[in-house]
Order: sequence, then C-alpha cells, then structure tokens
Amino acid sequence: MAKLTFKGGVHPYDGKDISREKAIVELVPEGDIVIPLSQHIGAGAVPLVKKGDRVLVGQLIGEANGFISANVHSSVSGTVKGMEKRRLANGTKADCIIIENDGLYEETEYEKKAFGDLTDEEIRERVKQAGVVGMGGAGFPTNVKLTPKNPESIEYIIVNGAECEPYLTSDYRRMLEEPEKLKEGLLVVLKLFPTAKGYIAIEDNKPEAIKIMTETVKGCDRIEVKPVKTKYPQGGERALIYATTGRQINSTMLPADAGCIVHNVDTVVSIYNAVIEGKPLIKRIVTVTGEAVAEPQNFYVRIGTSYEELLKKAGGLKKEAAKYISGGPMMGFAMMSLDVPVTKGTSSLLVLDKDAVKEAEEGPCIRCGRCADACPGRVMPAKLSTLAVRGNKEAFVKFGGMECCECGCCSFICPAKKPLTQNIKSMRKQILEDRKKK
Amino acid sequence: MSELLNVSSSPHVRHKDTTASIMRDVIIGLLPATVFGIWNFGLDAAMVVITAVVSCVALEAMYQHFMHKKVTICDLSAAVTGLLLALNLPSTIPLGMVIIGSFFAIIVVKQLFGGLGQNFMNPALAARCFLLISFAGRMTAFTYDGITGATPLALVKAGENVDVLSMFLGTTAGTIGETSTLAILIGAAYLLYRRVIKITIPACYIGSFAVFVLIFGGHGLDFTYLAAQLCGGGLMLGAFFMATDYVTSPATPKGKVIFGILLGCLTGLFRLFGNSAEGVSYAIIFCNLLVPIIEKYTYPTPFGYKKGGKNK
Repeated sequence: MAKLTFKGGVHPYDGKDISREKAIVELVPEGDIVIPLSQHIGAGAVPLVKKGDRVLVGQLIGEANGFISANVHSSVSGTVKGMEKRRLANGTKADCIIIENDGLYEETEYEKKAFGDLTDEEIRERVKQAGVVGMGGAGFPTNVKLTPKNPESIEYIIVNGAECEPYLTSDYRRMLEEPEKLKEGLLVVLKLFPTAKGYIAIEDNKPEAIKIMTETVKGCDRIEVKPVKTKYPQGGERALIYATTGRQINSTMLPADAGCIVHNVDTVVSIYNAVIEGKPLIKRIVTVTGEAVAEPQNFYVRIGTSYEELLKKAGGLKKEAAKYISGGPMMGFAMMSLDVPVTKGTSSLLVLDKDAVKEAEEGPCIRCGRCADACPGRVMPAKLSTLAVRGNKEAFVKFGGMECCECGCCSFICPAKKPLTQNIKSMRKQILEDRKKK
Repeated sequence: MSELLNVSSSPHVRHKDTTASIMRDVIIGLLPATVFGIWNFGLDAAMVVITAVVSCVALEAMYQHFMHKKVTICDLSAAVTGLLLALNLPSTIPLGMVIIGSFFAIIVVKQLFGGLGQNFMNPALAARCFLLISFAGRMTAFTYDGITGATPLALVKAGENVDVLSMFLGTTAGTIGETSTLAILIGAAYLLYRRVIKITIPACYIGSFAVFVLIFGGHGLDFTYLAAQLCGGGLMLGAFFMATDYVTSPATPKGKVIFGILLGCLTGLFRLFGNSAEGVSYAIIFCNLLVPIIEKYTYPTPFGYKKGGKNK
C-alpha cells in the first residue's frame, strides 16, 4: 500500500538525532516565573491576583475572558511580584503575571475523577477549567474545539504525532514515555463523539513510537495508529487530514467541516491530566536542541520558566550561536532575546550555529516552479509573492493567496533564495486586518 | 545575552540548491552532447563552443558593468546560453557570426528585457533563428568528414533512405550538439535524475510529435521513418534542453502538458508541410510567446477547492 501522505512538501535536514534519545527530564526553575495572560488565540485572560498575593502550584490566576479564551494557572508556589508587559517568544509584548518562586512547590488540591463517572458536560468543563489549549503552537482553546456545531458529524479524532518540524522531539518522547496517558486522553475525547474513530498519526521516521503506540492501543477498536510518510509539513492540519482520511479542507473551512478534529500529542495528554487527574495545564515538554547547544535535552518545563534558564540547564552553548529560534526551523520564531517565558505553545528552543537565511544571496526568480511543486496549498508562491510585493491585494486573493498555511516550503526550496513565505505572510496579515476592520 | 541578532522571518533553513547549482547541472547535462560534437566535428566545433561561451559570459559582464548593475555571471546562466547556442550551430560557421549570435542572445533577448528570468523567449534559440535568417547559407551548410552534404533529416524529407543507427549514435552531419540522440539522452537522464527537469514537457513534445508524424507523415506505420524523424534534426536537443528552459516554459503542471503537445504539433507541421526539413527552433520560440497565456488558463486549483474555485 502506498504511504499515507499529501501532495507537495519538502524534505529538510531533520536534525532529530541530536535529541531523540534524550529521556524527558523535569526542569526545576530557579528564577522568577512569568506567566502571560494571553497564551492562546482569542481574548487574554483576566487577572485574579494582585501584587503581594501568595499563590500555589495549579492555582487559577487568570480567568478566561469570553468564549474563545483560556484560563491560566500558576506553575509554582510563591508571591506575585506584579503585572508587567513582557516580550514573548514571537516578538510581541503581552501582559504577564510575575511570580517570585519560593521553591516549595506547594500544590492546590486536584479533584481526581474516574473515567466512568464523567458526563460529557463535565469533560468539557474540566478541559476548560484546566486552561487546555492547542499545544502545537496555534493555541486554540481546546474546549471550544471539543464543542463543534454538530457533534454527530465528527467522524475522526486525529492525534497529530507527525512532528514534521525538523529538530523537535518533544511529541516523540511523550509517545515513547507516556503512551498510556495519550491513549486515555484520546479515549476521553472519543467519549464526547460516540461515532468517531481515533487516529494516531505518526511519521514513519519514528518506528519506535509507532510500535509502542500500536501495542498500547491494542484492544481499543476505536483507535488506530496511522503511520504517515515522513515529509514536511505532514503535521500541518490540512495535510494530516488529507493523508489520514482523504478529505480536503481549504482556508475557509474548519476541520470539523470535514468531520475531523485534530489535536497535538501534548494537548491530548493535557486533556487526560485535566479530566482524569484534575490538573491544570502548567507544564509542557520543550526540546532544547540545535548544533550550538552543549547538552541537548527534552525537558518537562513549568510554564513561565525563562528561555535563558532552558539554555543554561542544557549546558549552555558549545559553539557560537548564529540564531535562536522558538519552535522548529521551518515555522518557528527567531528571537532577539532569551528573556522570554515558556508558554503553552512552546515546543522548542533551537540554537543553530549557522544562519542559512543570512548566508543566502537573493537572486531573480528563474521560474523553476519548485515553489509550486512544494506548496501543500497547491498555489503558485512565486506569483503570489510578486503580487504581494506589488501590493495587489485583489489579485493576491484571486490567485489563492489566502490558502497559504505559511509552512515555509516555498522559501526553503527556492533556488533563487527569495523570501517567498515572508512576502506572502505579510500580505495575508494585511488582508486579514482589513477584513477585521470591515 | 539580551540582544541577539539575526532575527528573520521563518523558515530559517534553506535547500542547498541554488540558481548556480541548477545551471551547473544543465552544463553537466550538456557535456555528453558537447564532447561528442567535438569528437564528431573536430577542432572547428571546439572553437565554436569556446567562442560562444566566452562571448556570452563576457557580453553579459560588460553590459551589467556599463549599466551599473550587479554582475551576475557567476550564476552560470550566460554560460548555459553560450553552450546551448554553440550546440545549435554548424561547426563550419565563421566565429564572427558566433559572436553576433551571442550578442543577440545575451544583449537583445536577455538583458534588454530585464535579465535572468525576464526573457520572453529562449535566448540561444532566438539567436539561432536570428542567424538562420541573417546568414541562411552559412547556417545550413553542413560538412561531414570533409564532404559537404545534406543532413539526414533533409534526406528523409527528400524521400531518401537513411541509416537510423548512425543517426541515433550521431555520426552524421548536423549542428554540433544535435546529431547524437544517445549523447543527448545520457545528459537528459542526468538532469531527470537530479530533478532539474521534469519529464512532462519532453514526453508530451516527443509523444505528440510522433503521433503527428504517424498520422500526417504519409508513411503509415513505418517505424524506420518515425525513428529517423525522432532522431533527426534538433528534436531531442530541443525537447530535453530548450523546451524545458524554466524561464520560457509554463510553470503550471497542466501548462507543461499543453506546451509539450503544442510543440509536438507545430514541429510536425513545420517539418512535414514547411519548406525546411527543420522545425524545432521555430516551434519552440513560437510557443515561448504563448507561455503567459497558457499559464493564465492553467493556474492550479488550490487544495480543498473543486475545479472552478468553488468550495468542496
């Protein structure tokens, strides 16, 4: 049988060997904890604490503000030092609650529940209370995703274990070390959708994860492990839905329109923690890796820990760093400062010893068509980029510019080293802003 | 520690292929045909190749220097144009004409229209056609083994018998690079293996040409005649190395198919019903002009949409 995949995509150097064998290590933070009120798409949370308050691990410190919003909790025990605007990894500034960590880690009480005792409403409520959001980076509130318009129409719950971004190994380690939690988390979600099937999609460059997950889900008729071809961006939502179910969605549709809901591996584990253990989302797995890192690691990190501390705990640098990236090399953010906190969407701190972008010399487009071949959105990036540079919004939309998922394949593959993704991304942002204003 | 430089938009990694590496691959792909041409036609051919490549590169450098533009000869595109031009010329052509051809290719067709990526037709082929019109006599005088004679394709057109095997191997009269189908196929295989070119355009071109010849050639299912038509003239060189030129061929998948089929039919039309036995050069530069229209009507349907742009 042909491998499950999508049309387009690229094969960047994957760099996963640097950290794939490193078991998850708990990172104990030393410095202050900085918890942004907005770690998700939608309105920022409303702060519930003030300067001088003592907070416990797991205590609610910011409450969801509206339907599309999420709770935030303290990840340590200590004293609130105040509220400040702080820079986040993506370069924006946001309101943050600063907590002085007392190092005691006194926890609030968590209310455990047995799987059988839970009603659907309770499950959604517990996910919401725990502040679970999509942890692949987008940060969409998970309880909203679990509440589609027509729950009966959902046929597939897809767990995204593709981890197609080069260098990242956090989802991989999670699947190897805690496959049971992933299975239980998926069963919780499946309970909400009685007619849906659960798929766990894993790229075939992770045979151990495929093996362990297959053994773990043995006996669950509703869950199936789906090995997918190793190709970037296989873990992109649209690419993954197409690979596993053959259904296509475009930029104007939600996965639910195709009967699918896609969750990241870490998100599903957080759903388990929230619903069964009653624990809020206050920790996540972060890969600290790259050619310049002395001792690459997969850390279990409390939200709000500084990136600086991540790098320090990974032994610091072993050679001069050329670029610091939050996330993977294809879609991650280059950072100008490491004084930023880990958030719910932080998957990695990547330190490269070479900056391919700086070294690349831009030339004229030779119309080779490689960008179009690589584009999973099946549009023509070179054309869109030209239209974007000219500022022709109408033509940009007409030629499918809004179908761009900003995966970066076109810029990666371009032999003339043109910043295609960047041009298209900027134009999309402007158009989305225009639409908001209307 | 707090201020880290090198901040840029994602992605932060790049594929190792560059414009120059692609051009280098094209040159490597042309080497078998070049080496065979020099072996076949001798020192004259070597002189034509050297003159064409050197004059193309020098002209590009001079133009860019005097126009205060960045000199981009290191991207090797001018060298490719020179080599392609040489392979499309007879070995007996005076070197002065070669330089005139280079001037037309690099200055008129390429630089005046904006340089690499902007030329509306293949510079080397445009120059060949320019020379064909300007110096018809010298451009069609072919000498092989010291004897002046017609090319095999001209013999085929005249209804005479030809040795298809020698046409395949290339030990016949013709331009420097077009005679050996074998050498061209070896180079083409390299380009396909390196994924520099795709098989779509050559396959549609050669396939539709073969069908055209079978239907309108007047020889029925005569495969010797068909093989002579396929191996003769500039078809193979044109199909694999010039119709596939990125700048002057459609970038859309469907456009490539249409482009190839158009080329095949036009080449057949020119060869069977035209005055000359040849037709490849004119077919390609004519179709080059249609590329913008072809692309306009073959823009791909984005993922998740049905044809016509409607939601699924």
